[in-house]
Amino acid sequence: MIKPKIAVHKFSSCDGCQLAFLNMGESLLALADRVEIMHFAEAGPVDENASVDIAFVEGSIATQHDLERIQKIRANSAYLISMGACATAGGIQALRNMADTQQWIAGVYAQPEYIDTLDNSEPISDHVKVDLALWGCPINSQQIITTVRDLLFRVTPKPERDKLCLECKRQQQVCVMVSRGESCMGAVTQNGCGALCPSVGRGCYACFGPAEDANCPALANRLEGLGLVDREIAQKFLFINSAAEPFQSTGNKRKQS
Amino acid sequence: MREDLSFLARDNFPTLLTTLQEAGYHTVGPQLRDGAIVFDTLNSVDQLPKGIHDQQAPGSYRLEKSDSPRLFAWANGPQAIKPYLFTPREVLWRSQRSKTGELNFSTVEPEVKPTAIIGVRPCDIAALYLQDKHFLQQEKVDPYYKKRREQLLLIAVNCTHPTNTCFCASTGDGPQAHYGFDIVLTELDDGFLLEAHNQRGGALLEKLPVQPATEAQQQHAEHALTHAAEQQTRQLPGQNLNDALFKNLQHPQWQKIADRCLGCGNCTAVCPTCFCHSEGELAALDGQSSEHHREWDSCFSPGHSYIHGITIRPDTRTKYRQWMTHKLGGWHAQYGRSGCVGCGRCISWCPVGIDLTAEAAIICGEGDKDE
Amino acid sequence: MSNPYLPLEAEIIERIQESPGLFTLRLRLTDPTQQAAYTFKPGQFNMLYLHGVGEVAISIVSDPQDEQIIDHTIRAVGRVTHGIEQLNRGDRIGLRGPYGNGWPMARAEQKDVVVITGGLGCAPVVSVIEYVARRRERFGHLNIVQGVKHASDFIWRERYDNWRRMADTQVLLAADAGDPIWPWHIGRVTDLFEQLRFNPEQVMVVMCGPEGMMKVVVKNMLARGVNEEDLYLSMERNMHCGIGHCGHCQYGDKFICRDGPIFTYTQIKSLFKVKGF
Repeated sequence: MIKPKIAVHKFSSCDGCQLAFLNMGESLLALADRVEIMHFAEAGPVDENASVDIAFVEGSIATQHDLERIQKIRANSAYLISMGACATAGGIQALRNMADTQQWIAGVYAQPEYIDTLDNSEPISDHVKVDLALWGCPINSQQIITTVRDLLFRVTPKPERDKLCLECKRQQQVCVMVSRGESCMGAVTQNGCGALCPSVGRGCYACFGPAEDANCPALANRLEGLGLVDREIAQKFLFINSAAEPFQSTGNKRKQS
Repeated sequence: MREDLSFLARDNFPTLLTTLQEAGYHTVGPQLRDGAIVFDTLNSVDQLPKGIHDQQAPGSYRLEKSDSPRLFAWANGPQAIKPYLFTPREVLWRSQRSKTGELNFSTVEPEVKPTAIIGVRPCDIAALYLQDKHFLQQEKVDPYYKKRREQLLLIAVNCTHPTNTCFCASTGDGPQAHYGFDIVLTELDDGFLLEAHNQRGGALLEKLPVQPATEAQQQHAEHALTHAAEQQTRQLPGQNLNDALFKNLQHPQWQKIADRCLGCGNCTAVCPTCFCHSEGELAALDGQSSEHHREWDSCFSPGHSYIHGITIRPDTRTKYRQWMTHKLGGWHAQYGRSGCVGCGRCISWCPVGIDLTAEAAIICGEGDKDE
Repeated sequence: MSNPYLPLEAEIIERIQESPGLFTLRLRLTDPTQQAAYTFKPGQFNMLYLHGVGEVAISIVSDPQDEQIIDHTIRAVGRVTHGIEQLNRGDRIGLRGPYGNGWPMARAEQKDVVVITGGLGCAPVVSVIEYVARRRERFGHLNIVQGVKHASDFIWRERYDNWRRMADTQVLLAADAGDPIWPWHIGRVTDLFEQLRFNPEQVMVVMCGPEGMMKVVVKNMLARGVNEEDLYLSMERNMHCGIGHCGHCQYGDKFICRDGPIFTYTQIKSLFKVKGF
């Protein structure tokens, strides 16, 4: 059997999504049996320009150098997967898209002339074709296992189409919004984490990005009813996936009002 | 005065639980968790929600504590029996592929033990009977549901404390249980009235330190249940709304609901009669074995009406319309009655407080269309 | 525990590529006892299972009298069917069924038959045509009408040619957009309806295809005096279980999988005009 070649690339990110590979436990051995890992700097193998069947890309495009690298990676990859909130939606660093980047740099760094950065942090799909987007901050091991398994079966990985609320109820968590008035983003957020925050009594932070047909204006109204002011509502939507629609437009609307 | 009612003094209530446990039942009952009354394994009567009262309203559920000795002075929590029979997620079967490519399919049998659920409400029993009709009284019987159903013993508790969102009196499913239980209790200040519904319940009752119920006790219970029905302020605009709903499929109110509705599907998840589930697959990385499972789905999920490139219900307007026209309409032809038992969970647990009874009234033409 | 959800193993004994993206799998259950017990009616469907990927509802196109052989013509349109497309002769697949009500062929005996399909290779009605073809003397005039968008979408040209040669049968084909080698009508399929030959009081009209097309057919047939009880529609919805449990194919007060997939127009007309059910 010819093993498919894979690469794991990193752009502007915290490395947390790559841990989804390293934290797999025994499955990592099964994975290594079935694919040839050509490039995965955090785990060892380094061959950034290797031609691969599947490239996992973590992180957003944030520097001039990133712009060039992502083109090369795309050219060298048959199937490209954006992995996590940064790669898929610009990530938490896309918060700077709403500010004056040069002003920030000047304010933060003693010698700003050494900082090479683009004004915006952008998802991979703004620059090259992305074959599959994995949402999450961070993604989890099961997403990788399921994706790789589907690709090995030569079928399209199944998209996640459930909202977080549904998974939360499957686990029989008590709705934190209804029972305690907690602000929770679950009703507009894609499932993927297994309702992690509600299971420890907290509202959802929307790590897995907007769900299909998310009714963000209605949730914003509800959050207002729970006592949040516009600035706080904007922060809920403009957080981990600030560059993703419809979070962005609802967040901006609240931010400006 | 009825001769078939017994009285169990409050101090003797623990004998009910211990008798069930001694008979080999896994006992389940209501208890507090995360600010709600939930059903879970009940090892001791001390776990029961003593002195707890629920304040429910559209989109809101809060508990309060008093020094009342009562254990069942509340209406309901987000779930009751449904997850014990129609489980939120379960593996149905496995596919094993041999080295030479043959496939072997094997059923994953559910592990089931005799289970006694204490504290079941009349509305929950009505819902159970509807789920029985759906999963069992069909040409193709669901063997997973059946296996669990056969092991179930139910101790119902009549509802003396309905909450603001309850409307079981209008659907005819409460506040008093008339069928479907082994024993039903009505809680009084100093104890419980007990009535066995079948032989198994009768045998159980014989093991308890009960006395014949006095006329005064019976009158107290009757009064409490009449009062419970009178307290309910909500109601559906009729028993069978099938024609009224399907006549109003283009009513502007559907869109008004959709403007508020989050499409989260919580109403369907807490509904004790909703049965939709999706089937899915989890293959091991080596590709040789795979588990085929099912999990609760919702007609509010975008994938629910998807068929090769087309989503039949692409917007919340059509999804909500599907949910309500089915629940209050289509069920009549399918199961001989409405799919709503008046428990009010869809109202309380809707994060934005959409009220099924109010919306149904507007759409069926009995409400103020301008709100 | 007897389990209606559990598939049976079947072997692909032949794979026929009908056109790009469309293929027929000829299946046989591997267990002789199961094979002997398996019977079906035209218009029923099976749930086919691709190991590790999932199940999909597919119509049976072979004839019920062909014992041991279960044919499915499949268009690769979703993730499971794309996966099944890659299987070859000798590969194993899961199968459970047959499900659904099937075409009420007995009710069509001695009557004219009109088969109208739109879109691409409409498998559910192939079983009707083949059924009539094999029992030609039991049925009246057979009209086969197929409309496609582009001439290149047309498949089974040979099969249509064979049908055209059958006694008392006419085949009418239309393409919205023709090409230089398209010898038949260019335009809408409804343009051909004038040529249909049938007795409106003694006919069974079966149709399958996009609902928009079926709406037009229904309107036309009713206008020609066909009784709505004689109009049969093959409906399609998301199906996970195939046995009326999972709720995905809910259609008003019906489950398409269990109460259908074939309905008379009378049964579904109240919802058929409404989008979103």
